[in-house]
Amino acid sequence: MSKQYYQPEIECASRQQIRAWQSERLVETVHRVYRDVPYYRDLMDKKGVKPEDIKSVDDLHKLPFLTKDDLREAYPYGLLAKPLSECVRIQSTSGTTGRRVVAFYTQHDIDLWEECCARALVAVGAGKEDVVQVAYGYGLFTGGPGLNGGSHKVGCLTLPMSSGNTERQLQFMTDLGATVLCCTPSYAAYLAESIHERGLRDRIKLKAGIFGAEAWSEEMRRDIQEQLGIKAYDIYGLTEISGPGVSFECEEQTGMHINEDHFIAEIIDPVTGEVLPEGSKGELVFTSITKEAFPLLRYRTRDICVLSTKPCSCGRTHVKMSKPMGRSDDMLIVKGVNVFPSQIEAVLMNKGYPANYQILVTRERNNDKLEVQVEMTSEMFSDTLGHISAREKELVEALKAMLGIYVEVKLVAPKSITRSEGKAVRVIDTRKLY
Amino acid sequence: MTVNQISVFMENTPGQLLEFTKLLEQHNIDLRALSLAEAEDFGILRVIVDDSYKTVRMLKDEGYVCSVTQVLAVEIPDQPGALVKILTVLGDSGVNLEYMYAFLGRKKDSAFMIFRVPDNDYAVKVLREAGIRPIDQEELHQLFA
Repeated sequence: MSKQYYQPEIECASRQQIRAWQSERLVETVHRVYRDVPYYRDLMDKKGVKPEDIKSVDDLHKLPFLTKDDLREAYPYGLLAKPLSECVRIQSTSGTTGRRVVAFYTQHDIDLWEECCARALVAVGAGKEDVVQVAYGYGLFTGGPGLNGGSHKVGCLTLPMSSGNTERQLQFMTDLGATVLCCTPSYAAYLAESIHERGLRDRIKLKAGIFGAEAWSEEMRRDIQEQLGIKAYDIYGLTEISGPGVSFECEEQTGMHINEDHFIAEIIDPVTGEVLPEGSKGELVFTSITKEAFPLLRYRTRDICVLSTKPCSCGRTHVKMSKPMGRSDDMLIVKGVNVFPSQIEAVLMNKGYPANYQILVTRERNNDKLEVQVEMTSEMFSDTLGHISAREKELVEALKAMLGIYVEVKLVAPKSITRSEGKAVRVIDTRKLY
Repeated sequence: MTVNQISVFMENTPGQLLEFTKLLEQHNIDLRALSLAEAEDFGILRVIVDDSYKTVRMLKDEGYVCSVTQVLAVEIPDQPGALVKILTVLGDSGVNLEYMYAFLGRKKDSAFMIFRVPDNDYAVKVLREAGIRPIDQEELHQLFA
């Protein structure tokens, strides 16, 4: 592949230049949020840091961390750094009650976000002649809007398919000759299987795919690449920071280049909060330095990974992050949706089920399955199947309302779930994600 | 006019029933009738035993979830069409059957049907008006004496 960049002067800038941009933009952002956002002023005052203390990117570690709890506490407008009259859009996380995060965008924020996605598309070989099929969900979820905007910026013909409706996906893919597919890796695997089953392999023109929003293994990458005859690339992002395109893979497929002119990445020890040297495995922390409406300082992603500035054969100079290797909290990502065990527990308690439960996450044929095992109790039991099934169904619906995805409920015998001495093992995740 | 049935929660995994019957053996409990209803991942075992009290206590000690339900037990002649008569009486009176099963006693030429209905008193009344008398716990006991 000939080397292609969307913004070569930025993507291939010297490390020195990147640091200069970062320092300048960090200082500007810190001054601005301290002045305009009481929440940040309080946080910084509590830590005894003044905007003047931040003179360059070397002073970043002096700033306080921001967590998802802060975002919840400040919901909805507490971290807003521009008047609402200048905001044009919101996006939101997977819609899980109590953990909802709403991010605000000015038109400028959206332009920069879409540029990040455009860099990702060009990196996988997309150009004006390409047909990009966006099969991420559209709406509050950032996947669809992000890649859609990026595709426009590159000048590709964009198919705003959104997720689901496989028959229609395949029809457009074949009839309009889509060359780049953007969706979750599990949906890509499902589409690949459907294409195989229908014998459509010879009728598709795909050459590359950008698959993100959930963890996937190298094995799964191999499967998708073989089945579709394409190169499959990872993309990373989170609503809090902007959406997909915070980092993206290049042709090397050995990690994702972080768009460092917009986001400063750090790796910290998740327990002590101490910044770790390059190459260490730890929690990824982002500071957004170009966001107008919703800039986040030192936001803890809870994703565990490794950073590397080793020169990349693609010519890009921006730091690369490994695929996330785990989480520093108990959050599960199932079918692209964030799931906290505490949410499942809340539903069980609310419906009168016992505290002893177990969550099983499995991946069969590249599809995630979430099962909750609940122990049967005398109160729940009945001699007729109908009564038990009705309660089971009620629980399935309550879980679906809370999490937004289907959860299989399995009633098991009393005391059959292992009791542990200390902290109970509530989650068994047998997926090979990392 | 009813008999005690014990319902037991069973996981749908191999060996569950075996474990249960071994317990009955150990505690010298005699099964009179048995039926199993199954859902996808669990089942409900319904049994009628010689000593309900002892059985329930034993099952609770062993950590089983179980319940005692009053069900109707009706003797019918062991011949074609015998069930039709009873079901006609119940059906005509609007009695809905939740479930039913059959067992044989030591009495020659007759069988016994177990009926689970929403309202035992009403079902007993309509059966008796039709000349059918469900047996009670004592009579059940006598059947196996």
